[in-house]
Amino acid sequence: MNKTALASQESTGKGRRQSVAYARGNLLTAKSKAPIIRAVDVYKTYQKGRLKVPVLRGVDFQVEQGEFSAIIGQSGSGKSTLLHLLGTLDVPDQGEVFFGEERIDNLKAIKRDRIRNQEVGMIFQFYHLLPELTTLENVLTPKMISTGAFRYLLNRRQYIERARMLLELVGLGHRLNHKPRELSGGEMQRTAIARALISDPTLLLADEPTGNLDSQTGKDIMDLLQRLNRDEGVTIVMVTHDNEIASQADSVVRLVEGRVQKSRNQAA
Amino acid sequence: MYKLMLAWRYLRTRYIALASIVSVTLGVATLVVVNSVMSGFTHEMHKRLHGILSDMELMSPGLGEIYEPRAHIEEIRRALDEDLEALSAVVRVPALLHQTVNGRMITQQIILMGIDDQTYSHVSDFTPYLLNEQNRKQPDFQLKKGGYDGRLGEVGWPYRTQKAEFEREQRRLLEEAYGSKVTQAQPEVKAEGQKESEFAFVPIPVSPPVLSTDDESGNPQQAAGDSVMPQGADPFKAVRESEHTQIFDPATQQHPGIILGMALANRKFRDPETGDVRDVYINVPGDDIQITLPTGGSPPRPTFALCTVVDFYESKMHEYDSTLAFMPLSELQKIRQMFGPDGEGTVSSIQIKLKPGADLEAAKEKLVAMFPPDIYPYQIQTWKDVQRPLLAAVQLEITILNILLFLIIAVAGFGILATFFMIVVEKTKDIGILKALGAPSRGVMSIFLSYGLSLGFVGAGAGIVLGLLFVSNINEIAGLVERLTGREVFDPTIYYFSEIPTIIDPFTVVWIAVGAMAIAVLASVLPARHAAKLHPVEALRYE
Ligand SMILES: Nc1ncnc2c1ncn2[C@@H]1O[C@H](COP(=O)(O)OP(=O)(O)OP(=O)(O)O)[C@@H](O)[C@H]1O
Ligand SMILES: [Mg+2]
Repeated sequence: MNKTALASQESTGKGRRQSVAYARGNLLTAKSKAPIIRAVDVYKTYQKGRLKVPVLRGVDFQVEQGEFSAIIGQSGSGKSTLLHLLGTLDVPDQGEVFFGEERIDNLKAIKRDRIRNQEVGMIFQFYHLLPELTTLENVLTPKMISTGAFRYLLNRRQYIERARMLLELVGLGHRLNHKPRELSGGEMQRTAIARALISDPTLLLADEPTGNLDSQTGKDIMDLLQRLNRDEGVTIVMVTHDNEIASQADSVVRLVEGRVQKSRNQAA
Repeated sequence: MYKLMLAWRYLRTRYIALASIVSVTLGVATLVVVNSVMSGFTHEMHKRLHGILSDMELMSPGLGEIYEPRAHIEEIRRALDEDLEALSAVVRVPALLHQTVNGRMITQQIILMGIDDQTYSHVSDFTPYLLNEQNRKQPDFQLKKGGYDGRLGEVGWPYRTQKAEFEREQRRLLEEAYGSKVTQAQPEVKAEGQKESEFAFVPIPVSPPVLSTDDESGNPQQAAGDSVMPQGADPFKAVRESEHTQIFDPATQQHPGIILGMALANRKFRDPETGDVRDVYINVPGDDIQITLPTGGSPPRPTFALCTVVDFYESKMHEYDSTLAFMPLSELQKIRQMFGPDGEGTVSSIQIKLKPGADLEAAKEKLVAMFPPDIYPYQIQTWKDVQRPLLAAVQLEITILNILLFLIIAVAGFGILATFFMIVVEKTKDIGILKALGAPSRGVMSIFLSYGLSLGFVGAGAGIVLGLLFVSNINEIAGLVERLTGREVFDPTIYYFSEIPTIIDPFTVVWIAVGAMAIAVLASVLPARHAAKLHPVEALRYE
């Protein structure tokens, strides 16, 4: 996606969406339709003792490159579960998941690990930062995972520079050496966002990034995500149960009883 | 990278892990110390055993004799050829040693060795253990004027002469004072002799020359006559004295020399007041002793001999020091009448020393081939054969100790296992996060493995340092323990070691360290696998 072209677009909500649609339209003519992530008829059932809990019952879902998509649904409707399937954190009982053209749900664990590390950025509902590490180190963790000790030490300055830059971006330039327990919820969430961005992912999966935050902080986070989507061209899939927030996305998918109930507000 | 970093973080913040390190450290340190001391001990023992026993011997078991030893020696020389370093024929015979302590005779069982002083020291360590410095250079069985170990005080000829004169004087006094009580003579003796303080015992005139004198002058009537005569007017005295010089003058002459094992003459005892160990000598070089021994030929008959102690033999192996006594081969052959039909003296064993590096077992086989056991009544054995039970027992002891101590480290290993499981459970969520961020299962596993390895490494490293420090200062530590507890760690009345011998074998140390680290890693395998198998989503849900 042409970032400079995107960046030059005016930044008001509606105009932007139109421009995205326009850009996507160009893309469509250039290639055939290019979904970056796609779930085809996926099923997921959890076993609770002898009781089977069907969570996803034939979900079809896809997001195109550069799109900001929202998944809404009641608590317990399986939003997080779906996101985990998309992010290769879990495998569906049935159905297929594609990343670009590649089927990823049946890949070897080591390849899935690599996709999770390099291609997909995950922001969790409950931040999930490592309590022993500082903000900066937490942001650097995916880099530490992907590079060996020697190469890491060699390129340390560069990585730290990038982590610092990302923390500046999320407005945490002054909290580099704080441990997670010394941070507020919003700060932790923003650290998690910086961490999700460190490997330059093409896809960002955000599980209720604003769920535990007050409305002002939530708005800040949303602004950040939108800026990322617009300026950096990052495809975003965001789970939320807040209709207001969902309405800021390009497309909204509603999960009801383990199935998708589509409502594209793009059409509006 | 994250593996190293997290392993380091966990190591730094989990103090419970330090407990495991300490137990690994202690286990390793103990292993190092025990192995060093044990190998020091065995080495010392091997050295001594090997030194005292020649490499190999061809012996006639029991009281059996080897006739024509010269021909045998020639045969052995031919058989072993290049490998042979030295040969020496010896007579070995069980005997009874009679010593007189304060007028009482005590009898001990000994092994009397008749040795050739020219060749014997070439086949086994004999001279270094003698207490006389001249004997240490070239042993003979002559009483020396001096040069004895300082511990013995003034011994040798000066002592013998003084003692003989003292006894003669005592005898004279007794004869003079015939009729008066013997007890009256005693204070005079004490007043006169400074010997008591000098030699720490009161020599009592009971040596055979005295007895024979008594026999000659034992006639009460005659003695009574003596006593009424004025002093110095004994008419028989001159005759008797001249007879003595003719027959035997203990002041200037000696019987056949005998070298006693130190522990046969020496008693160590602990002073009940000061707690110090004191040496008491029943005999010293210059004293005469009596032996009873079987003659050669069959059947053996008992025979007696008078010998003069000329030196002590102190190998510091109690077993030898308390049983061995040495005499000149020719003397012993004479006493035991060990002569073959052709008049050549017989021996009971031919001791063989091989060139350094020669194959002991191969040499033994050659000799066995030359003297097949079904034809010759000989026994051919190497020093290892002789000491096999002891060496095997020590080896077993070392093995068992090592096993037990490794069990201690294994206990530490279980500590690590428990600790790691705790950490894994505690860190379940972190592990889930790492996996969610793309850490492969192997990576997560290696965090805990390298964590275990570093625990093992630190523990073993500290243990080795501690152990080596302990070993290098072991004698000081033993001294300290002695002072603190008031008990001797190394009781010199039992051991002849004053210092604890130690040998640090680098191979053993490395082996111990590797073993300890392996145990630490093995102990971390289970928790590590458990961590690796965690499902990321489940782990993230864990609270
Ligand atoms: N590991 C599990 N074992 C059993 N049941 C599970 C498990 N994980 C999820 N579930 C169940 O699956 C259902 C969907 O869970 P999920 O976390 O996807 O909901 P959600 O839509 O994200 O809800 P929320 O909005 O509260 O986050 C829930 O009813 C939950 O109880
Ligand atoms: Mg959820």
